Amino acid sequence: MNEQFDVIVVGGGPSGNAAAYTLAKGGLRVLQLERGEYPGSKNVQGAILYADALARIIPDFRDDAPLERHLIEQRVWILDDTSYVGSSYRSADFNKPPFNRYTIIRAQFDKWFSRKVQEAGALVICETTVTDLVRDGDRVVGVQTDRAGGSIYANAVILADGVNSQLAQRAGFRPEIAPREVALAVKEIHFLPEETIQSRFNVTGDEGVVIEMAGKITQGMVGTGFLYTNKESIAIGVGCLLSDFSRQKTTPYALLDHMKRHPAIAPLLAGGEMKEYTAHLIPEGGYHAIPQVFGEGWLMVGDAGMFVNGVHREGSNLAMTTGYLAAETLLELRAERKVFSARNLARYRAKLDGSFVMRDLRKYKNLPRIVEKNPQFFTAYPELMNKAAHTLISVDGIDKKAKERAVRKHFVSARSRLGLLGDIFKLWRAFE
Amino acid sequence: MTRVDEKLFQNRYRVDASRAHVKITDPDVCRVACKTSPCMVCCPAACYTREGDGRITLITDGCLECGTCRIICTEHRNIEWTYPRGGYGILFKFG
Repeated sequence: MNEQFDVIVVGGGPSGNAAAYTLAKGGLRVLQLERGEYPGSKNVQGAILYADALARIIPDFRDDAPLERHLIEQRVWILDDTSYVGSSYRSADFNKPPFNRYTIIRAQFDKWFSRKVQEAGALVICETTVTDLVRDGDRVVGVQTDRAGGSIYANAVILADGVNSQLAQRAGFRPEIAPREVALAVKEIHFLPEETIQSRFNVTGDEGVVIEMAGKITQGMVGTGFLYTNKESIAIGVGCLLSDFSRQKTTPYALLDHMKRHPAIAPLLAGGEMKEYTAHLIPEGGYHAIPQVFGEGWLMVGDAGMFVNGVHREGSNLAMTTGYLAAETLLELRAERKVFSARNLARYRAKLDGSFVMRDLRKYKNLPRIVEKNPQFFTAYPELMNKAAHTLISVDGIDKKAKERAVRKHFVSARSRLGLLGDIFKLWRAFE
Repeated sequence: MTRVDEKLFQNRYRVDASRAHVKITDPDVCRVACKTSPCMVCCPAACYTREGDGRITLITDGCLECGTCRIICTEHRNIEWTYPRGGYGILFKFG
């Protein structure tokens, strides 16, 4: 295939699809390459879909996108070995369309998104791994694939090839990721009858619940767990910094199995049939880990550019937004009859800086480092909070003043007065 | 079957029998120089095992293509990691 395209998009995830869709809609000749058998077959997520990011690209996506449940309740659990303290927010207002967040099954959702890309006019070719960029001096002019037929050329290449972005690394656009900059998450999907899920989570119809978890389930490592309700299945997973797995010598599957046995979690999964086990790396380096995301004839979007807001567990919406903004940049330049040079593509970075993507990442720029160096937020505090709840809630003939003293003593002996103050300061620094 | 094998048994793969997409660059480095073998701990599919004679065996059939082994081999950088050929490897049914 010695054809020339306006743009080649490498990868069929949310960022690549958002870019390819927008470009094709804008009238450019787009080729999208995906290494999986079908779009979605290589992609892993929890998965929550944030409607806003997609609605800005495909406003009527709700008409035919495969969505599981719209979320009406979010629970946050801080777990000890046998207990949890938590909070939840549930609102009937989340039942008013248009719904804000949905659970999705990525293999199905990505297939749908890819169909939209094709309907918009892009050429999508699956089962094709892009092995390298083709360069003319500094300029990226195309890609090389593992199919016979050699190179394919384009005026710009969008790297949407995910967290492992082989292309970016080989080209020297991005250094190898450090183990403390990514979380390794493992997940299982358990199938249960729809009615069982509805009664277990106190929902009707397509209402859904998410539970975000932290504490003893990560066994001292920096990380979080989650449980999401789909229509007829439950996704359960846990992710921790890769550097912590290595240091602590805990295997990811043992960690997940241990979490599933927690007395608060096991009953929610009981009787389910596990049908798939997946793993995925999540960029956690935040603002400081974002590489140079544009150059001569190329742009980087989604996980390849490390665009993940770890604090709020947002990634796919950043992926779609960065894909969209990259496409918008190319469309504008084309309309102005300007070339896709690094100088002109700098507009993409300016768009990112002006959007929620970089604003949010900048807000939490100190957080990854603080969290990594202060594991007490994932170890000592969950234990203290659960102990405090247990002390205060048990009725056992001890007076309330004495109980409060006991709770205070636990906190001070675990962290010291200065330590407690320091931790408050660190939290403020992380979230300021 | 170990617990992780039971998990992987649920997954769908199209194994590329003729070529492994992940390789150990120099087996002697694993056998002699590497004391910690983080690949064995961290690989979520338990693709890496240490044999009685100290060799590390890598079987990529169950690989989830996450990239963990490549990133965690910081001390020796002894893993050659690529994606499988188009269409091969893990095929997520749900993802």
